[in-house]
Amino acid sequence: MTVRAIHNNYQFEPLDLQKNYGDQFLLYVGWDHHTLFCSAHAMLASPQQTFGQLIEQQITDGFAQHPDFAKIDWSKVQYSLDGQIISPESTKTLAELGFGHKSLLRFVTPELNGYNDSYV
Amino acid sequence: MTTQTKETSKKLNAKDRYRALTRDLDWDFSYADRKEAFPYEEFEGIKITDWSKWEDPFRLTMDSYWKYQAEKEKKLYAIFDAFAQNNGQMNVSNERYLNAIKLFLTAVTPLEYQAYQGYAHVGRQFGGIGARIASQMQSIDELRHVQTQIHAMSHYNKFFDGFQDWAHMHDRVWYLSVPKSFFEDARSAGPFEFLLAISFAFEYVLTNLLFVPFMSGAAYNGDMATVTFGFSAQSDEARHMTLGLEIVKFLLEQHEDNVPIVQEWIDKWFWRGTRLLSIVGMMMDYMLPNKVMSWKEAWEVYFEQAGGALFKDLSRYGIRMPKYSDVIVKEKEHVSHQAWWIFYNFGHAAGFHTWIPTDEEMDWLSAKYPDTFDKYYRPKWELARKMEAEGKRFYSAGLPQLCQVCQIPMTFTEMGDDPTQFSYRHSIYQGERYHTCSDGCHDIFEREPEKYIQAWLPVNQILQGNCGGGDFETMLRDYYRMNVGADNLDIEGSPDQQRWKKWKGNAA
Repeated sequence: MTVRAIHNNYQFEPLDLQKNYGDQFLLYVGWDHHTLFCSAHAMLASPQQTFGQLIEQQITDGFAQHPDFAKIDWSKVQYSLDGQIISPESTKTLAELGFGHKSLLRFVTPELNGYNDSYV
Repeated sequence: MTTQTKETSKKLNAKDRYRALTRDLDWDFSYADRKEAFPYEEFEGIKITDWSKWEDPFRLTMDSYWKYQAEKEKKLYAIFDAFAQNNGQMNVSNERYLNAIKLFLTAVTPLEYQAYQGYAHVGRQFGGIGARIASQMQSIDELRHVQTQIHAMSHYNKFFDGFQDWAHMHDRVWYLSVPKSFFEDARSAGPFEFLLAISFAFEYVLTNLLFVPFMSGAAYNGDMATVTFGFSAQSDEARHMTLGLEIVKFLLEQHEDNVPIVQEWIDKWFWRGTRLLSIVGMMMDYMLPNKVMSWKEAWEVYFEQAGGALFKDLSRYGIRMPKYSDVIVKEKEHVSHQAWWIFYNFGHAAGFHTWIPTDEEMDWLSAKYPDTFDKYYRPKWELARKMEAEGKRFYSAGLPQLCQVCQIPMTFTEMGDDPTQFSYRHSIYQGERYHTCSDGCHDIFEREPEKYIQAWLPVNQILQGNCGGGDFETMLRDYYRMNVGADNLDIEGSPDQQRWKKWKGNAA
């Protein structure tokens, strides 16, 4: 549907276009069943960085406070990107893996269920 | 005898007088097109066939309005003076309580100002004089509420942190974009939607859920200034509620084509209202030291029972309960806990203090929320306590993902089968991806994407570099104008708490 407005051409540029973020893009990352963090994190990422770098840098900075984080076996982690299951190689760049502006990456750590298995 | 009758008839009776001072203020247009005089009246698709059917919700003329309000002002300011002279701040339950008032001043008082602006605007735009007068009177009421609230709370500014720059903060601070954008959404809509949103959805149905925690909460917690403001505003609020009821009935009775439009607005504004009120829920359940009732109980009394009866009444026009009412019923067990957890997470970036509930409070929460608190939320506080005991009070790293519509961090969870799973929804519009926190916000986005793509999302603006350079603390200090180390962080060890203990004679 479209907005009913007093002006005929009610069209404005979105405030969050990728060009407003320079060479980087906006990425959301959420850790399923770990609600210590009240929501997914918003972060900047570069299309040229590798997936391995994303884990070592932004994801570690964002989630290391959780007591489960140090116990993660990264070989068993499952990922979905914008709703599609992916199995990313750590040497590939985010651009190669299909990450886009305002993509949502969710990761699942099957054997870790949060503090005292409470999904916290 | 004849002369006598004529002389007495010069003085109008109350009914004529009322007519002369309200409806008779209107005039006919002899040389201008009426449509050009009221350009906002038709674009929303609302059809008005006969404005004379409008029943004035306020049986007040302007002169009696001024007289009545002036009497109330006199009493109100006499009590404020007494409150200040008697060090009324010392009678509040404890220093934690004031944080609910800080949130009120930064989040709600500026909305009263937005309401003043909004009603002034629509008070010009309606073709019917009755609706214009009602909106203008409410506009003046709202301005009075801004002023009296500021005066009621200004006394606390002398003794507690976080009260100093509320208007500036309202325009910039991340969580205050939630109430701010709510009202801007209504004000940038047409005049009928504005009235439906604010007068009906908010004032008529949801306002009790705001007033109960604040005014009863103030009474339970020894805050005479806020209680007195509440009493003074109450008769205004009663008038505002009758305007809300009148607008919805008037629109539904004017034309059957209005029914689906009104239903869409009800669906939108009840959902937006419940999202906004999640902040109120957390105040009731977590911020008031002496609790009035749980958020869940308030929701059941004021929305499910009172609102349910109203919608039953409206069903004869073909109006049904707001969309996703079934989800809202489930969320009442969760949202207050989830909302306070956001602020505990980001207590370093809040303009008020946060804390872990005490043992007694947690037991109260278990009793009030037997199906959810122990299962989903107590473990969070246990982990928070453990981390605090280890010297690592949990302040979340990074920044939260925000909902494109309600602008709240995407904290709400799936109400279907797994309340521990964050609820993610998204839309693609003109090649851009937009994230929403729920089916309710998703549908609102899809209905008017052109509007919400313009949202000034505070987190995204920070990441674009538009909120001052430097580190996070510099942004809090220079862009938000917070007194870092005093306004924010945990209540434990805060300057507020230290002063309070000193005044009460048990300094640590």
